[in-house]
Amino acid sequence: MAEKIYVFKRFERFWHWSQALLIITLLVTGFEIHGSYKFLGFKEAVNLHTNAAWTLVGLWIFAIFWHFTTGEWKQYIPTLAKVDAMIKYYTHGIFVNAPHPFRATQLRKHNPLQRLAYLGVMLFIGPLIWFTGWFYLFYDQWDEWQLDRYLSLEWVAFFHTVAAFMMLIFLIAHVYLTTAGHTPTSHLKAMITGWEEVE
Amino acid sequence: MRIFITSLSLWLATAGALPALAATTAVPTVAPGAHAYGPVSNEEAKKSTSTADHSKFKELQKDFKSGPEVTEACLSCHTEAAKQVHATQHWTWEFLNPKTNQRLGKKNVINNFCTAIPSNYEFCTACHVGYGWKDDKFDFTSEKNVDCLVCHEQTGTYKKVPGLAGHAVYKDMEFPPGSGKILKAQDLRKIAQSVGKTTRNNCGTCHFYGGGGDAVKHGDLDSSLKAPKKYLDVHMDKDGLNFSCGTCHATSGHAVPGSRYAPTAKASGKFIRGKEGGNPASCQSCHGDAPHQDNREGARLNQHAEKLACQVCHIPEYARGGRPTKMMWDWSTAGKLDKNGKPFVIKDSAGHEAYNSKKGDFRYESNVIPEYIWFNGEVEYTLRETKLDPSQVVQINRFKGSPDDGKSKVWPIKRFTGKQPYDVGHNQLVVFHTYGADDAAFWSNFDWDKALAWGMKEIGAEYSGKFAFVSTEMSWPITHMVAPKGDALSCAQCHQPGSGVGRLDKVPGLYLPGRSANPWLDRIGWTLALLTLIGVLIHGGIRIVMYKKRGSAH
Repeated sequence: MAEKIYVFKRFERFWHWSQALLIITLLVTGFEIHGSYKFLGFKEAVNLHTNAAWTLVGLWIFAIFWHFTTGEWKQYIPTLAKVDAMIKYYTHGIFVNAPHPFRATQLRKHNPLQRLAYLGVMLFIGPLIWFTGWFYLFYDQWDEWQLDRYLSLEWVAFFHTVAAFMMLIFLIAHVYLTTAGHTPTSHLKAMITGWEEVE
Repeated sequence: MRIFITSLSLWLATAGALPALAATTAVPTVAPGAHAYGPVSNEEAKKSTSTADHSKFKELQKDFKSGPEVTEACLSCHTEAAKQVHATQHWTWEFLNPKTNQRLGKKNVINNFCTAIPSNYEFCTACHVGYGWKDDKFDFTSEKNVDCLVCHEQTGTYKKVPGLAGHAVYKDMEFPPGSGKILKAQDLRKIAQSVGKTTRNNCGTCHFYGGGGDAVKHGDLDSSLKAPKKYLDVHMDKDGLNFSCGTCHATSGHAVPGSRYAPTAKASGKFIRGKEGGNPASCQSCHGDAPHQDNREGARLNQHAEKLACQVCHIPEYARGGRPTKMMWDWSTAGKLDKNGKPFVIKDSAGHEAYNSKKGDFRYESNVIPEYIWFNGEVEYTLRETKLDPSQVVQINRFKGSPDDGKSKVWPIKRFTGKQPYDVGHNQLVVFHTYGADDAAFWSNFDWDKALAWGMKEIGAEYSGKFAFVSTEMSWPITHMVAPKGDALSCAQCHQPGSGVGRLDKVPGLYLPGRSANPWLDRIGWTLALLTLIGVLIHGGIRIVMYKKRGSAH
């Protein structure tokens, strides 16, 4: 009988799922605006994309506040310890039913690879996507802010799209790796109920 | 030829009696559309709020014999009017472009429609605001030869007919000659007494029929604007705002603002009415720089307005009033005669001339999607003196502009193409004699050599004697026929993701979300995403296989 621990608090779960919904919305509408396909129609895609972006900004403000007041930001301090064990697990152990090298606790809820990946999302993809996104949104203010000599919409859009592809790739890997917990559904259950099965 | 002479004598029998026309010779025939200067609706005049009823003026209780006589009566009260008119392009047909120093105006340019006025004055000056401009000796200082009526009469019965050098019809006459149709002499007393503020009909008398017929030249100006409904023009809507031309082209002292020789391409700053130096005919002069609603979508549209002229979105198509505009005119095929040696006309399926022996081949189009270009208001003409490269399409007028000169906006234009004669020896455009009662006029004799030699002699220019036809293009800014906002372009008409055609696809220097994606970024991005997906699927597949193996092993 597996043991269960309470890993994800209510706000964290709310943050995660609303963020997931918003990011998927932003990807779907964003790639339509980018020109990859026709789905909602350009105007609707732009409106939804903008609304979702501002909602996500609001959510992040809460999330940043929450992380600092609760001290949970420490969950993302990178560590290289056991990274090799994680890589070994994903490339070998997982296939042969070896025990998961990482045991989640309330103090360390992410395995070292997760820490690195999420930190990368937050410190690299995040800022890239936010700054390019804001430049995009405030395109008409460029001249007022004297940015028009440094920026071109083409490059702002380019890097915004680069970040979007990174986010898409992260999403694919992330969704798959939810099945790579103690059991295929243990991560998912933890993110829904807050309780994670551990060995 | 016999028919021609018969009609000529008929013509002379009627026209020859008029003193003002004594020197005016015959009209072998007239351009199509010339008879479309017909009576027009008088709706606007009825709503006059003027403080003067000219029908009560004693100066106008008179049976005027000619236009100049009417003008003299006008000037007895409006002492400065003729002097004011003398200062305008409507009178001089001349414009000195201060930026390029090119001497332009109808008097000087050669276009790719009827081409040039010299040697054809009597015909062309039917649209001059004057009387008697029949050759290059016209007295531009004459006050009584200013035509007040064409712009101010409100009966809709005043007509200036090609061939009369700007005069109206003072005696009954057959028109077009040989047609058997009689144009009645105009009642100048009634016409003079009707005068009022210039209406759409007055301006339209000439501006709707430029190029030889209704809608031919501009594409955004035609007789459908006499009484337009809202869909055709949101401002001129006869049941709504009912603007006259002068509401935008706010005229003062007879000077009409707005010019296509030196257009305002980017109305910078606030161009609000009442401020010095602005062009009151620009959209911005009433609507300001940020005309859209004060919300997020409005802000986005205002942002678009920094680069796009209002006309780009708000005039989605031109020639929308049911009158097709001429898109192409090929003079090189003109002059074919039928087996009886007579000129002929071939009509297209819509009943418009596709071929006319006098003019060549045409193409008409309705509801035309404009072309879009960067335009900074500077226009450079290929003048008669300009050396041209006959292996290239000659730009009759080049609209200058670029995405990064800070002075340009994207503008919709009508691109009119054609073929016309040029002097092979000098590589220059030529003036040719189309109209007149001599044996050189092309429209009566269909002989290019004679018509060209005559035309070039008329302007005193050297002519090698050898001609050929060169391809030409002329650009016309599209700025009238403003649609209601519901009919403005939708986002997708420029930003349509992926396939299809976007309105601004060919405009350089624009990043158009939805259409301008970097193909390499897409290739690499999607490949990496796909590889990630394949990677996790393989990883998951192996896990499932291994899991099943373990299960079967137990």
